[in-house]
Amino acid sequence: MSTTTPRRPVETTLLRFATAGSVDDGKSTLVGRLLHDSKSVFTDQLEAVDAASRRRGQDAPDLALLTDGLRAEREQGITIDVAHRYFATPRRRFILADTPGHVQYTRNMVTGASTADLAVVLVDARNGVVAQTRRHAAVAALLRVPHMVLAVNKMDLVGYDESVFASVEAEFTAYAERLGVRAIVAVPMSALAGDNVVEPSAHMDWYAGPTLLEHLETVRTDGDPADDPARFPVQYVIRPQQGAYLDYRGYAGQLASGVLRVGDGVTVLPSGLSATVAGVDVLGTASDAARAGQSVTLRLAEDLDISRGDLIVAGAPPRLGQDVDATVCHLHEKPLRAGDRVLVKHTTRTVRAVVREIPHRIDIDTLDRCPGDDGLHVNDLGRVLLRTAEPLALDDYRDNRTTGSFLLIDPADGTTRGAGMAGPFIESEARRA
Amino acid sequence: MTTVTHTPVNGLTHLDALEAESVHIFREVAGEFERPVVLFSGGKDSIVMLHLALKAFWPAPVPFALLHVDTGHNFPEVIAYRDRVVAEHGLTLHVAHVQEYIDDGRLTERPDGLRNPLQTVPLLDAIGNNRFDAVFGGGRRDEEKARAKERVFSMRDEFGGWDPRRQRPELWRLYNGRHTAGEHVRVFPLSNWTELDVWQYIEREKTELPGIYFAHEREVFARDGMWLTPGAWGGPARTETTERRLVRYRTVGDMSCTGAVDSEAATVAEVITEIAASRLTERGATRADDKVSEAAMEDRKREGYF
Repeated sequence: MSTTTPRRPVETTLLRFATAGSVDDGKSTLVGRLLHDSKSVFTDQLEAVDAASRRRGQDAPDLALLTDGLRAEREQGITIDVAHRYFATPRRRFILADTPGHVQYTRNMVTGASTADLAVVLVDARNGVVAQTRRHAAVAALLRVPHMVLAVNKMDLVGYDESVFASVEAEFTAYAERLGVRAIVAVPMSALAGDNVVEPSAHMDWYAGPTLLEHLETVRTDGDPADDPARFPVQYVIRPQQGAYLDYRGYAGQLASGVLRVGDGVTVLPSGLSATVAGVDVLGTASDAARAGQSVTLRLAEDLDISRGDLIVAGAPPRLGQDVDATVCHLHEKPLRAGDRVLVKHTTRTVRAVVREIPHRIDIDTLDRCPGDDGLHVNDLGRVLLRTAEPLALDDYRDNRTTGSFLLIDPADGTTRGAGMAGPFIESEARRA
Repeated sequence: MTTVTHTPVNGLTHLDALEAESVHIFREVAGEFERPVVLFSGGKDSIVMLHLALKAFWPAPVPFALLHVDTGHNFPEVIAYRDRVVAEHGLTLHVAHVQEYIDDGRLTERPDGLRNPLQTVPLLDAIGNNRFDAVFGGGRRDEEKARAKERVFSMRDEFGGWDPRRQRPELWRLYNGRHTAGEHVRVFPLSNWTELDVWQYIEREKTELPGIYFAHEREVFARDGMWLTPGAWGGPARTETTERRLVRYRTVGDMSCTGAVDSEAATVAEVITEIAASRLTERGATRADDKVSEAAMEDRKREGYF
């Protein structure tokens, strides 16, 4: 068994991150290296990879087999879909959304990045910033992933040359700043040789920054400061109507942002009624407050008509209305066109809507506007104007990733057609630059 | 409800974050589906699922029934635990019996004696007959690489089938459970938990588990590198001999394919230390049915298995 002293795991924090990189940038090797060097690969998994590699006549174990889980992926040697990987160090737990770099990258990356605290954009040091890199950065910026890491990989193939790294970093940082991204950490590495992924490199003493894993372990994720406006989508009304809780009426939900304290005044949307927080129950235990991320049950002092789909807010209110102006990433093979009837799922509320207009598509390479007359096709991004049958309380996505986001759903078969982000902001930022 | 806790100031711990996410998933299903059901085997993952559901709807009762697919080769300790929990919380339990299907000829016993793969038909029948539209399962993405691709809300067609190429993208915390009549949705609230998270949560919440998860002496025999418990399910064979060993179970399933591991871990804390040092995955150590082929889990999931 293991020769290391068993370390008793402790409660720690969680980091959700996504990786993006095209096929030949070495993403599978990077993910394999992170899992392997953080000792998150188990003996039986390695044995299975060894055996499968031998069956195919390969000399060395192919670490990509650790991550390619489906029959078709192994047969074709490709990655079809986002996979989630889990690993831990004594300092932190990690959930990695491993997004494939193939044709459907925009759709897959949107899926992986929507819940990520951090995105790793992988670049081959020999090629530098290419179109694919700009797409990855643009999608991560559009999805408002709070932190971005530029992983300059394959430094071993450019002689661990500092000037190569410096020029890639400068070019990438300039582009990312145009997208409004500020927090960028660039790490020179070789995933294949293990330089600066988990262990510091012996070949790049000119680099004084952290290894990738060190950065992942220490980056701050406690966003949602207490003075953000509070947003609480009501998921479910809890009314036991029995025993000691005959008169209990609680509004269950997960606080999307801010803090709600007992005694706080709140507004219920869309009705606009005012109320006071009388109690916060955190899964069976009374608390003085709820903070962003917690699933809780709120009790209000007033007896109001509140149900699933309502939004309880404090602080600066969201926009309330039936006209939605948003950036949509279209995810489905069936194109989205003006006149289409859709369902909009926003927090816990689903309403009917019609696509009024698609003013333009966004060319994700150049951030230029293109005519939107032809609609949005799969993997397209564009500005979409919707009219909803009932008012929605929407924040700008740039202010709130939960109350600013929505799904477009096909009312006929229930499939998810698009990912919406309220506020047409990406091209306005690009213009500002 | 006499104590008032104070809200944490430096962000949620990983267990708090996972708990909040799972509770959110339970409540979404309660808000959007007509007839959800929770798969409950009496194993640790389903026990944690039930614990989360109890917390999610407190102080109201859990608004779902439970469903157990009984292979007929279950550990008696686990069945006793199951029945005790159901009675304690006043829950409704549906049981689908693989044995009945074998007895009346709808299923045929496999030559290798494994009954886990036989669960699929009774499971799909129970879902269809009761018109369940959402079925909670305790599956975790860390268990197996086909499961790493699984969504939290997983659409199943009228045959219960899973098509990994036709999965809906899953964005933010916006779960899309819309389905047509005959289809149902499998829901995995523990998707983002690992084996270690489950055990740490059990320790924190002081959740009771069946005794076979802890070290105990038991008559076992070796087969395919695992310690199996003799029983009416068919073991040991003539060439296999039993011995008495100190063991525990890492997973609890059908006796014919669930192996015990040598262990001295008698408490939750000792189990956590043992798992943290283990170089074997939970399934690699103790599940025979996943070793059938490189894609065993994926193939069963396509047919409607969890």
